[in-house]
Amino acid sequence: MNFDTVIIGGGLAGLLCGIRLQEQGQRCAIVSRGQSALSFSSGSLDLLSHLPNGEPVNSLDTGIAALQAMQSPHPYALLGAERVRHYALLAQNLLAECGFATQGHVDTPHQRVTPLGTFRQAWLSPTEVPHKPDASKTIGIVGISGFLDFQPALAAASLRKRGVNVSAEEIELPVLDALRDNPSEFRAVNIARVLDKPENFSAPYRALLPLSRRYDILYFPACFGLVNSDVFAQLNQQLSCPLFLLPTLPPSVPGTRMQTLLQQRFVRLGGTWMPGDEVVNADIAGGRVTHVWTRKHEDIPLTPKHVVLASGSFFSNGLIAERTGVREAVFGLDVLQSEGREHWYRDDVFAAQPWQQFGVITDRQFRAQRGGVPIENLYVIGSVLGGFDAVAQGCGGGVCATTALFAADRIGASGESK
Amino acid sequence: MITTQFESCIKCTACTTVCPVSAVNPHYPGPKQSGPDGERLRLKDPALFDEALKYCTNCKRCETACPSGVKIGDLIQHARAQHPPQSRSLRNAILSHTDFMGSISTPFAPLINAATGLKPVRQLLDAALKIDHRRTLPKYSSGTFRRWYRSVAEQQKNFTQQVAFFHGCYVNYNNPQLGKDMLKVLNAMGIGVQLLHQEKCCGVPLIANGYIEKAKKQANVNLRAIEQKVNEDGLQVIATSTTCTFTLRDEYPHVLDVDNQHLRAHIDLATRWVWRKLAEGAALPLRELPLKVVYHTPCHMEKMGWTHYTLDLLRRIPGLELTVLDSRCCGIAGTYGFKSENYPTSQAIGEPLFRQIEESDADLVISDCETCKWQIEMSTSKRCEHPFTLLAQALR
Repeated sequence: MNFDTVIIGGGLAGLLCGIRLQEQGQRCAIVSRGQSALSFSSGSLDLLSHLPNGEPVNSLDTGIAALQAMQSPHPYALLGAERVRHYALLAQNLLAECGFATQGHVDTPHQRVTPLGTFRQAWLSPTEVPHKPDASKTIGIVGISGFLDFQPALAAASLRKRGVNVSAEEIELPVLDALRDNPSEFRAVNIARVLDKPENFSAPYRALLPLSRRYDILYFPACFGLVNSDVFAQLNQQLSCPLFLLPTLPPSVPGTRMQTLLQQRFVRLGGTWMPGDEVVNADIAGGRVTHVWTRKHEDIPLTPKHVVLASGSFFSNGLIAERTGVREAVFGLDVLQSEGREHWYRDDVFAAQPWQQFGVITDRQFRAQRGGVPIENLYVIGSVLGGFDAVAQGCGGGVCATTALFAADRIGASGESK
Repeated sequence: MITTQFESCIKCTACTTVCPVSAVNPHYPGPKQSGPDGERLRLKDPALFDEALKYCTNCKRCETACPSGVKIGDLIQHARAQHPPQSRSLRNAILSHTDFMGSISTPFAPLINAATGLKPVRQLLDAALKIDHRRTLPKYSSGTFRRWYRSVAEQQKNFTQQVAFFHGCYVNYNNPQLGKDMLKVLNAMGIGVQLLHQEKCCGVPLIANGYIEKAKKQANVNLRAIEQKVNEDGLQVIATSTTCTFTLRDEYPHVLDVDNQHLRAHIDLATRWVWRKLAEGAALPLRELPLKVVYHTPCHMEKMGWTHYTLDLLRRIPGLELTVLDSRCCGIAGTYGFKSENYPTSQAIGEPLFRQIEESDADLVISDCETCKWQIEMSTSKRCEHPFTLLAQALR
């Protein structure tokens, strides 16, 4: 099977790269092992909130200049501020073209409210997500009776500590009763399938209306909007105060929506989506990947001109931790890691963990190497990369988006498409 | 098949988010609960088997979505196989014994087709058997594909290259024309087609309705016939139906515990096998066909992961405008959608697909699955054909 580019991994990085390449007229395939980490995600993307030493980042330029000055292996240090800004802006546009409406901008990060009642710096958030509120406003955080994946009292207690005038509330939604027969499946996505139906609109509306008269702002778990923001928009039109949505425990409705919209866009651009398959082997000859073999295609290899590795980190099995070391799962690429298991962790579980920065080493073009030998047509993007800590540095979404689009441009510029 | 593979489940619920039944029928516990979670309970005490597992359509989309490689659909099918329904209904017997029903119906096809087309007859079938009266029943052909094939068997031997064809019940009893179309296309490529010396229904409707022992027997008959073609004649065996192909290759070992390891690599989907031949350099002369078509990915095609081969073949037809529909279940799931109790679920599952098809402005829907075809033709204003039917039309 001949392709211009084969992308291994169908999460945020793989899909953005695939969409960009298809838009440039390439023939791409994405091999995806199963639902990606996107369906677990909040739907918010961060760009860069902290430096490795813990200092907060106030501007992208000074932040990236600092990374470069400390000779950090961070992907942004390889890209430079100008490219990070360029590709981040491009990603914003691509998401909008897919139909995923966001708020936020590269140069004006916002503080979003998290489901645990804290504030976290974000670059882009779904339009439904609340910003850090004004202390003068009264806020009602509304839970759904019996829904365990969102805890309004917990969020309220934490927000109160941060000076927010907030109370926890709970509503009954009998329209969901049929779902309660299987309590372990009383989850955000299943609830959304009910609440997204136009005929059920009056249920959340009637329950929320009295609360919307008592508060200045309402927060509600993201339990509708699997396909679009219609219910959200309609509620905001009809309730007496603004309503915002907070992500829930997985499966996440906004994350699932982002995954679905990106995937649809890729397929509609003519991309080949290979779901539930996995790369089992690859041939490398003359410093190039020549064939990619997958479990489902058996004896028929994919023969690409370029390969992009977007297989994710430990959670997605792009990186595998063994007793003596961390390896990259598909090609056995060179991995940045600390020697000796005792240096992988810090005892304080909330401290920045060294293992978070483990990942694939690349050259400045984001091409991989194995045993120190570069592989000319293998690009590495997203969470499988080394040198950054998505959690402590608040940069996971940005690294995925910017490296994906940079690699797509490098591949496009190499002039080896059809 | 006692396995602890379900322990790999991390309870992420990704499977439930893609389950077509969970989306519309709250009485179904969902794939996580029915599969890995329920398996733990069933191992403890078989009495904890949940009757609601009958709502599973065996589409296997849960397995395609699972990031942890859990064979959720197989767990559910296996549990159902071990807990067949206590009382056998005549309805399920009729629906699941497709080759028996086919062989008694084809001689009287005009009569039976006329009768099952009548409203009162369908009302009666619903009242007596709970076969939903709103469902258009598949038409039988006059005479089987195997019978027609006898007239061309000698001529097929003249081709230097040969392949064996597992036609399945649908080609044999309902749509022999599809088999003829496939022969036309393969012959145009210089390939002759042989049949297995004996063929039984692949067994998928039997499995779905709890006739596991019967399905095992048929599996063994089919494997013996396939083995003969593979070992003695050195041929590959191909099928036009995605579900037959999937069953012969994967459901035999995974659900029926029938070992096919020595044959699995020799059984292929017809479009994939033709794709191989073209990749090896065979020629397929096609003329311009200025049609607008949309492709619907059947669930078992999605599970096998082979959509690309069919799409690649269709893209070879000059002038054809091809759009791929969002991959989602059409809702019929074999015999499932024929049952009165499942009809609303079946149609609700398919609704977004039907809407996309209606809005597509396409001349024709293409799909590799026969029951998807029935569902789409009944539920939309468009015709739905197999890729080979279109390829045969496009032959120069």
